Amino acid sequence: MKKQTLWLIVAVLALAAVPLFLHRNSGDGETFAGADGQAEEAITKINPSYTPWFKPIFEPPSGEIECALFALQAALGAGFIGYYFGLRKGRGQKAA
Amino acid sequence: MHIMEGFLPVAHAAGWWAASLPFLVAGTKSLKRIVMEKPSARLLLGAAGAFVFVLSALKLPSVTGSCSHPTGTGLGAILFGPSVMSVLGCIVLLFQALLLAHGGLTTLGANTFSMAVVGPWVAYGVYRAMRGAGASLGKAVFLAAAAGDLLTYVTTAGQLAWAFPDPQGGFIGALAKFLSIFALTQLPLALAEGFLTVLIMNALKAHSADELRALDILPAGGIEQ
Repeated sequence: MKKQTLWLIVAVLALAAVPLFLHRNSGDGETFAGADGQAEEAITKINPSYTPWFKPIFEPPSGEIECALFALQAALGAGFIGYYFGLRKGRGQKAA
Repeated sequence: MHIMEGFLPVAHAAGWWAASLPFLVAGTKSLKRIVMEKPSARLLLGAAGAFVFVLSALKLPSVTGSCSHPTGTGLGAILFGPSVMSVLGCIVLLFQALLLAHGGLTTLGANTFSMAVVGPWVAYGVYRAMRGAGASLGKAVFLAAAAGDLLTYVTTAGQLAWAFPDPQGGFIGALAKFLSIFALTQLPLALAEGFLTVLIMNALKAHSADELRALDILPAGGIEQ
């Protein structure tokens, strides 16, 4: 079980790290662009006359702020999961 | 899998909202029932939602040279059934639409349908089928989460191909294009989501076995390998 945990973590890290090496030398600015954005480009290629009929109500003013908000999202989630397991583990120790 | 704000024609945007709505209504009822009948599962429900928050914020590089993110909806679908995840997934998508300009309000119906309806239902279906066929908990969880993740992106590709058929290749031509953007990129990420979901499930087995027994994930009384 402990060994499996280690292998699972290694597998996830490898899946995230291998692409970085595969595309290390591509060099153009588009490397690791978001798939959502690429889909947007594909739409404009298929149908150049399409104009979005609604604009986002709020857009993060810069990439930095967008990063901060994504980090906040992940932190909220990870924080709660940490809280959950901390609580459960503590309960288990108390019962033991 | 986020279709950008305004990037679906009005009829499609409205249609996907209509398609998602029944699932959201059923999900709200299911959510209320769980909170009322299984108060001890409330925190775990929160943790399942939190898992979606984390995973859908992680934009990871893929072998195709672009970035995408897992969805995290498989875990909750296995634990609480797919309906509940329609609501939790929609909340996450709403957060991203309002604060991150990722996806949008007009496309929230379509994005909810792919990430919070198709993904959880596929994950739930695969999980039940695998367990029914006698697969171990780990194998069933892995395949369920990975399949739900991948099919979410296949759905997005289908939605876009339907709305924007290729002038030459029609629906099929456009589908091939959008699949090459979404589904190929997603393959390794779906594996990663499968592994991460097994990790969490193992942790739940170790520290939260009572809750898993109450949800029939582990057999009552016994300890499953």
